[in-house]
Amino acid sequence: MTTGKVVGVISNLLLIEVEGAVTQNEICQVNAGKWLKAEVIRIRQNIASAQLFESSSSIEVGAEVQFTGSMLEVELGPGILSRKYDGLQSDLERMTGTFIEIGDSTDPLDKDKSYLFTPLAKDGDLVKAGHWLGSVKENQIDHKIMVPFVWEGSFKVTWIASEDHFRINDVIAKIEDKGGKTHEVTMVQKWPVKVPLTGFVEKIRPGKIFQTGLRVIDTLNPMMEGGTGYIPGPFGTGKTVLQQAIAKNSEAEILMIVACGERANEVVEIFSEFPNLVDPVSGHKLDQKTAIICNTSNMPVAAREASVYVGMTLAEYYRCMGYKVLLLADSTSRWAQALREMSNRLEELPGQDAFPVELPATIANFYSRAGIVKLGNGQMGSVTFIGTISPAGGNFKEPVTESTSKVARCFYALSQKRADSKRYPAIDPLASYSKYIDYQEFGEYSDEHIQKGWVQSVKRLKDLLRIGLEARDQINILGDDAVPVDYHISFWKSELIDFGIIQQNSFDPIDMRSEIDRQRYMLNFILDVCSKDFQFENFEQVRDYFKNLINLVTQMNFSDYGSSSFKKYEEQVVEILNQNTELHAN
Amino acid sequence: MQTKAFRKTYTRIERITKATCVLKASSVRFGELAWVEKKPAQVISIIGELVTLQVFGGTEGLSTHAHVVFTGKPPSLAVSDLLAGRFFNALGQPLDGLSPVKGEEREIKGPAVNPVKRAKPNVILTTGIAGIDLNNTLVTGQKIPFFADPDQSYNQVMAEVALRAEADKIILGGMGLSNDDFIFFKNTFEAAGVLDKIVGFVNTSEDPPLERLLIPDMACTAAEYFANDKKEKVLLLLTDMTLYADALAIVANKMDQIPSKDSMPGSLYSDLASIYEKAVQFEHGGSITMIAVTTLNEGDITHAIPDNTGYITEGQLYLKHDTDIGKVIVDPFRSLSRLKQNVIGIKTRQDHPQLMNALIRLYADAMNAKTKKENGFDLNDYDVRCLAFARDYATKLLAVDINITVNEMLDTGWGLLQAHFEKYEVGVKDELLQKHWKKEPQTSA
Repeated sequence: MTTGKVVGVISNLLLIEVEGAVTQNEICQVNAGKWLKAEVIRIRQNIASAQLFESSSSIEVGAEVQFTGSMLEVELGPGILSRKYDGLQSDLERMTGTFIEIGDSTDPLDKDKSYLFTPLAKDGDLVKAGHWLGSVKENQIDHKIMVPFVWEGSFKVTWIASEDHFRINDVIAKIEDKGGKTHEVTMVQKWPVKVPLTGFVEKIRPGKIFQTGLRVIDTLNPMMEGGTGYIPGPFGTGKTVLQQAIAKNSEAEILMIVACGERANEVVEIFSEFPNLVDPVSGHKLDQKTAIICNTSNMPVAAREASVYVGMTLAEYYRCMGYKVLLLADSTSRWAQALREMSNRLEELPGQDAFPVELPATIANFYSRAGIVKLGNGQMGSVTFIGTISPAGGNFKEPVTESTSKVARCFYALSQKRADSKRYPAIDPLASYSKYIDYQEFGEYSDEHIQKGWVQSVKRLKDLLRIGLEARDQINILGDDAVPVDYHISFWKSELIDFGIIQQNSFDPIDMRSEIDRQRYMLNFILDVCSKDFQFENFEQVRDYFKNLINLVTQMNFSDYGSSSFKKYEEQVVEILNQNTELHAN
Repeated sequence: MQTKAFRKTYTRIERITKATCVLKASSVRFGELAWVEKKPAQVISIIGELVTLQVFGGTEGLSTHAHVVFTGKPPSLAVSDLLAGRFFNALGQPLDGLSPVKGEEREIKGPAVNPVKRAKPNVILTTGIAGIDLNNTLVTGQKIPFFADPDQSYNQVMAEVALRAEADKIILGGMGLSNDDFIFFKNTFEAAGVLDKIVGFVNTSEDPPLERLLIPDMACTAAEYFANDKKEKVLLLLTDMTLYADALAIVANKMDQIPSKDSMPGSLYSDLASIYEKAVQFEHGGSITMIAVTTLNEGDITHAIPDNTGYITEGQLYLKHDTDIGKVIVDPFRSLSRLKQNVIGIKTRQDHPQLMNALIRLYADAMNAKTKKENGFDLNDYDVRCLAFARDYATKLLAVDINITVNEMLDTGWGLLQAHFEKYEVGVKDELLQKHWKKEPQTSA
């Protein structure tokens, strides 16, 4: 084992004089009364620079260092779901104190709990890394026990446990490599977080909608299974509320939430709400499919970077079991800032805004780990990733937003103006985009599963919005009276779309989640209303008429889909539509 | 914090900047407190034998042959109930001429609370100001700053809020506080007869600027003592955090760090978060609620200091002078309390959230009408009604001199809606309208 001693401390950057071989990104332990973890990030001759995953107060020059020979790893096995981890996968609930003292760390998985194991493979099967050997119940999820991902080559199953209770470190299978050597498989394995977890055959092009329950996303800017998206927005525009709304209402089978350098109270909210909320997919409680990795803003900065990688690796692990995984990271800007702090301490030449020059590449590599994959057994699994960005000064022309825009396929721009006028979610419907909407795969999928010509309808809706906003600008410049009444009609049609489709109340039990079927109905309904040939004498009539209409459509959104009150409001809409047309006919 | 006799004294300083000095020393710990002559200093970097000290008192008049002694431990504060009713400087030394407080020595900048040990903040903290209680409801355990222009009376409003809020202890962290404001705070608390629940840590504008780097940590350490050890409701006031950040920038600059936006250190977000995240609601009922002041340069909230603050705190409050009514109001558009969702409509009346939003939406319509008017366009009937509503809304609800209960605010709100609008214009759920809308519909609508 390589050893060394601390010769310098610059905040959480340690300079270590090393005796022996040392690897980039190797984890070392520093003796400060307790053993503290640090990661090697630069080597110059015999001096290794390491970022300490803890506060460095109390570190003394001369402190002893031991190198572990491995990179930062996570433990993969049953017992991840419902857990609350810190950035290094320590189980926060096992920590006893009110405060997290320097060096506190706990086991990520419960070694004593026994799980009912059901074999999926049989003696003589030929298997490879990632192959499902068996399955245990983790909450309601079938947690597959797989051949460790780090093992290369193919193996033959020589023994597999029959259905029985096992603990995670018990041997559940024995497999033999080509050389005839037998390897024992337990239910737990390790993987280095900064390396993409393989264990699938190929990535395929996304084309199947990933429902979030939010109309402005699903209808206007759809996310795909295995897709990537980012939500930049100035503070106070509802990034976190939006991300939590997605978490609560999406169709994910597994949910990984990384709270990266954000507020502790937001995590507390998830802790207290999720065990009481019903997951719309399974009908079980939401925390049953969720794991939370939190490195809140007052927790050690270096562990922020680790936290996003830990979250991604756990997500990839469940993808290999054939699940639809949603990974949310709030916020990737904090991770980038952690990189910046370290780059600065290393005295590297800075890139834009003092961020490290490799930032765009780092971000691109990370987002690229998402995706929908085909597994060895032909089944599919996906990691859908949505990250939030906290752009400095609310200005999207900054390195983190720009670097992300080059790699993420969906862009959900939060607008200060919409937030100020309480139009939530404050996603700007026109500035935002989903590149998937032009994917041929999505066109075919939506034609078959949503309705024929769906993409065209969505584009029509966007056109109506655009025309309405142009009309609004004209009205604002020229005045209400100076423009034709038609301009007012166009403008109010866009307001109808805004209030009826785009705006959605995340705190209303009914409106918070809209299924794609209901979204299709509303899209058709509103397009139908907008296609009517309205007749008005003056703009005041337009305004009053549409306000009435908007009020009714909003009430429809607050009612259960297809319920009597939903129908009642719908009939009222139809009634006043007929009135106007009759007026026209007379 | 006295010098230990057996500690080695160093007498050779190698480098001096305006904020730091560098010397050769051995067996030094990162973050430990040292004394450079009579000035306190802290170890902020060690590279081999070279130790960099941040000298809180500034390096003016510092000789290369000054005596430097390391204390072997980080800065600390003696905590006990005796802190109550006292004022201290940035080092925790009494400002009132009385003897130092005896108590348990605690390192300042203590560790973070384990998130799973926090409780969800859901106890409302009322102030009587409708701009806060109605639109931006505060809860205990929240952290929120006033974003204020230097000419606004933010310290006065903050003192008023502190006195009206129900708190067991009020801890004041003053950074670069003008002596006048320091006396104002003392007098206000004394006049209200609450001096015995005040603890002050004050660095006035006359004191060395770097010393203010210690103020928030000192104040938080005292706050944690009362909130966690004594399970009390603590209100922590920090003014002015912009001056704190400026002091951070000075040290970073003298350390040759590459500045990020607005000459601020790249670690500004983490530095501010380590303070603000001390706000907490414990399960046992104790809490730290933080109200801070961040002064703005010409209202620029994109500057790195308010910008980073906004991403950390749970909302922000803006004061604004409303020229139409001639009073200071809490700006309903830009102000925000993120934790209000935990209490409004739950701990307050069910109609609170929708009514609040409706009022603000209509106020936004009024502002559009105002712009129209300023641009010389004719106003329609709706615009005129909106403008009349806006004046009433500002006077009866937004002004900071209001002091009424939340239910009174809600009733006032419904009254305003009915005085100026028709049902279909307010965009509120039918169910609530049926309950609260008393006005008969006009036939012409």
